[in-house]
Amino acid sequence: MLPVNRDQIVETLDRILEVEFSFRDTHPAAEQISCIDLETQDYVLNWIERIASTNIELAFQFANRVPEMLISTDQSTIEAWALHSMDIFDRKGLHKALQVMHESDQFMQRSHERAVGAVLEDQLPVLLPFVQGLSGRKLKIEEGELTYTDSETLFLPAVLTQLPDAKDNFRLYKVMIAFLWAQNRFGSFRIDLCSVLDAHEHAEPFLHLFQAFETERLNACLQRELPGLYRDGQSLHHLIDNLDRHNDWNNYAAPLTSESADVTTSLELTYTHFGKVTPHTPYCYQGILDPYAVATSMQARIEKEKAQLRIAIRQMIDDTEQHKNKLNESSEDEESVDDLNQDDLNQTAQTTDNQQKQLAAEEVPDNNQPDGIRIELSLDDQPIAPPENIKGLLTSIVQDLGEIPDEYLVPAGDGEYDPKLFLDQHKDPDNVWSGTYHEEGAFLYKEWDYRRQHYRKNWCAVREMSVKPVYDSFVDDTLNKYKGLIKHLRKTFEALRDEDRMLKRQAQGDGIDIDAWVEAMADAKDGSEMSDRLFTRMHRTERNIAVVFMVDMSGSTKGWINEAERESLVLLCESLETLGDRYAIYGFSGMTRKRCELYVIKEFTESYNEEVKARISGIQPKDYTRMGFAIRHLSKVLNEVEAKTRILITISDGKPDDYDNYRGEYGVEDTRRALMEARQDGIHSYCITIDKEAREYLAHMYGAAAYTVIDEVNQLPLKVSNIYRRLTT
Amino acid sequence: MSARVLKPEEYYIEEEPFYQPIGDEIEIFEAAYTQKLPLLLKGPTGCGKTRFMEYMAWRLNKPLITVSCHDDLTASDLVGRFLVSGGETVWVDGPLARAVRAGGICYLDEIVEARKDTMVVIHPLADDRRVLPMEKVGELLEANEDFCLAISYNPGYQSVLKDLKQSTRQRFIALEFDYPDIELEISIVAKESAVDHDIAVRLVKFANMTRNLKGSGLEEGASTRLLVHAGKLITSGVTPVTACKSAISQALTDDADMLTAVNELSSSLF
Repeated sequence: MLPVNRDQIVETLDRILEVEFSFRDTHPAAEQISCIDLETQDYVLNWIERIASTNIELAFQFANRVPEMLISTDQSTIEAWALHSMDIFDRKGLHKALQVMHESDQFMQRSHERAVGAVLEDQLPVLLPFVQGLSGRKLKIEEGELTYTDSETLFLPAVLTQLPDAKDNFRLYKVMIAFLWAQNRFGSFRIDLCSVLDAHEHAEPFLHLFQAFETERLNACLQRELPGLYRDGQSLHHLIDNLDRHNDWNNYAAPLTSESADVTTSLELTYTHFGKVTPHTPYCYQGILDPYAVATSMQARIEKEKAQLRIAIRQMIDDTEQHKNKLNESSEDEESVDDLNQDDLNQTAQTTDNQQKQLAAEEVPDNNQPDGIRIELSLDDQPIAPPENIKGLLTSIVQDLGEIPDEYLVPAGDGEYDPKLFLDQHKDPDNVWSGTYHEEGAFLYKEWDYRRQHYRKNWCAVREMSVKPVYDSFVDDTLNKYKGLIKHLRKTFEALRDEDRMLKRQAQGDGIDIDAWVEAMADAKDGSEMSDRLFTRMHRTERNIAVVFMVDMSGSTKGWINEAERESLVLLCESLETLGDRYAIYGFSGMTRKRCELYVIKEFTESYNEEVKARISGIQPKDYTRMGFAIRHLSKVLNEVEAKTRILITISDGKPDDYDNYRGEYGVEDTRRALMEARQDGIHSYCITIDKEAREYLAHMYGAAAYTVIDEVNQLPLKVSNIYRRLTT
Repeated sequence: MSARVLKPEEYYIEEEPFYQPIGDEIEIFEAAYTQKLPLLLKGPTGCGKTRFMEYMAWRLNKPLITVSCHDDLTASDLVGRFLVSGGETVWVDGPLARAVRAGGICYLDEIVEARKDTMVVIHPLADDRRVLPMEKVGELLEANEDFCLAISYNPGYQSVLKDLKQSTRQRFIALEFDYPDIELEISIVAKESAVDHDIAVRLVKFANMTRNLKGSGLEEGASTRLLVHAGKLITSGVTPVTACKSAISQALTDDADMLTAVNELSSSLF
């Protein structure tokens, strides 16, 4: 029944907001809510309940504000506001979330801006490939307060609303990005601006003037390189900027339009004219120059890239060397090589050993490159084509330094560099937990909150962990124990593998179907119509299946369930190896959303080797059963595999269950949601469980025909392979 | 002019096709041809492999029989099969058998696409035996003096499943093709599509932008062939931005965001 009068609304609100314990006064809100029409009342109360599932205070504030907002705002904006505040609550806590609730006006204002403006986050899928396509070092894009670059990352405002039209605002992003790219590409950072500024008494106005000149130079570069973009920039400039420039300015800046002008020309002009010329109003897209940020990131990069390049060169030389040695060996094997040749070969081999390889880089003038040069590498005077990684490094180094210094081309010696210096550091997932938790380096996945009827963004921190391999006799024992069964499984699976059939009576094919032909001839003699289906064709069905097994490693599997799971995996691997299907095995376990763990037992790319066997043997019961994250992550893994059919099979012993409310309906609904997402990606899910009560919830989660309940734990190993066979034929 | 009907082995290339050598591929091909060695052309799509074959066929004055391999191509499609005609079965040579008999150049394009068993029939042809076993008729066909086998393969985008087997690849002289360097590519685009030098420069620049995106959203950058297509559209009066959109961006990707990004790149250039 719908609440119709004030008292009934008070009653409902009291229940939702748990007034019994929290002593909130719901009367003013109820008073207001009772004044709106029935349908909207229902809507409002529904949302209050949804928010209350996240936080009661938040819902209380919502109830107090929403009637007023309904007058001026449409429902979709109110929903966005409510969801946004819940997101903030998830991420930053109650205080910040209440702030969002209170500043509803600001939210409305911003959502209006977002409607007309361009939002960086939304445009990133276009802007990022755009800037990476422009050549040079691969730049990143991030949100920032100001528009500038540190020579590795472009920082841009989150929303642009300068222009009334979203399309024009996008154009502004594009030109800003291209302009920041141009600073990197055309060498704005090739002088040590920091020391120039430090030495100058009026650093700030000096930088200001320098940037004005440099901007003119880059404009000229862009006009030559990307005329279409330059036109965009000019039209935006006319639209946005106040054009109060003196004619004189153009005269001062004239030398910068020549092709030979570089950053030193800008600097010289700045010295000459400083204090005498007022620069024009900045262009709307030029952003600011932050030489200190550039210096910091550049210094780190130059060191790192020098190390990377030298190590890569060493690797390249080692590779060629090995290749040569191989060639030598193989020619030695051949009898036709006469002695003379043999000597020659040995000699060359010796000389290469004694002498250091001479690597040289030559800068070849090339007008098509922005720096006017192209780097060609040669090894002992033989030109070589550098591999991709070296090419990228060379480009980046030339961008910073304008050349390849000779000492960069000396191959790195043994242990000369500390790996920390040049490798992007990967954190060991096992170490992450030893400190306090943090989400750095983890995969973040959303989670469905059924009461909120919405996702909690970036809710689960998922890490792939390794299983400590245990080298014992477990696998052999299992193989022994199920000797007969394995033989049987191999046979049945082998039968599956070969599915070639000879199709008869085909209109086209490799051979002639004699039976059909004789019939057709008889028909022809008889005067009846002759069939044209006279051929045989070999029909080959290729199995193209990728499957992931998701194995429950929760604490409840301790004991014989764990053992049965491990035995099943051994039998499965044996069967699948016969079949040739691609498969991966992961174990899952969770302890709150901050600690969702997937244990890699076998990846797709790994073969079924001794280590995998030892890992199966090493599967240990861990914590709780959180399932949504595991399904989401493994769907991602599956989607990266090229296969016609993708299957996700869960082997579990019970309902989803974890701390922080992941139990009962919440866990079931999230798991169901994750499975639905997987289905949308074209993944078939199946569940094998030993929980006898599973029928109640599994049909809801996996669908009526997508699960099997096994009554006896010891039947699990026998059944799993058979279920798999049934599933995939 | 009405369409001419030709037997595959009568297909001689009469006019010199435009081919701009990148390295010493012509000399190597000729040497391999005289030594009766089969050839393997490696390289990304649209970089000139097929054009090179046409050019060599013209240069050697031999008929060129091209078979584009697909995943349903069987050995019979190459060797031949029995057909029924007037109450009798008649053997009909497949393109490979025709080339072997007539002494032509047989070019199997994108060989890895074909089925694994197809690959095996070319093995005896690709070593010093130079014979084609025709199991169905119970004959061995010894190759004509002039016969030459060439296959092509794109190492870039094949999955692990479709890799060329060692037993196959180790029978061939390999020629590696790649996109020509910038100057050369500009001259090729200008010559083939008759656009002026400035437009050709920009087209090549655009192609290199898309090649930068290979692996980060695009499977493959724009090939020289696509540039020539775009150039031809421009010659016929289509604006450069539209020409790039239709001839290049749309051919590269279906992804809406990527399309926008690539189109933004081309409109920045013109």
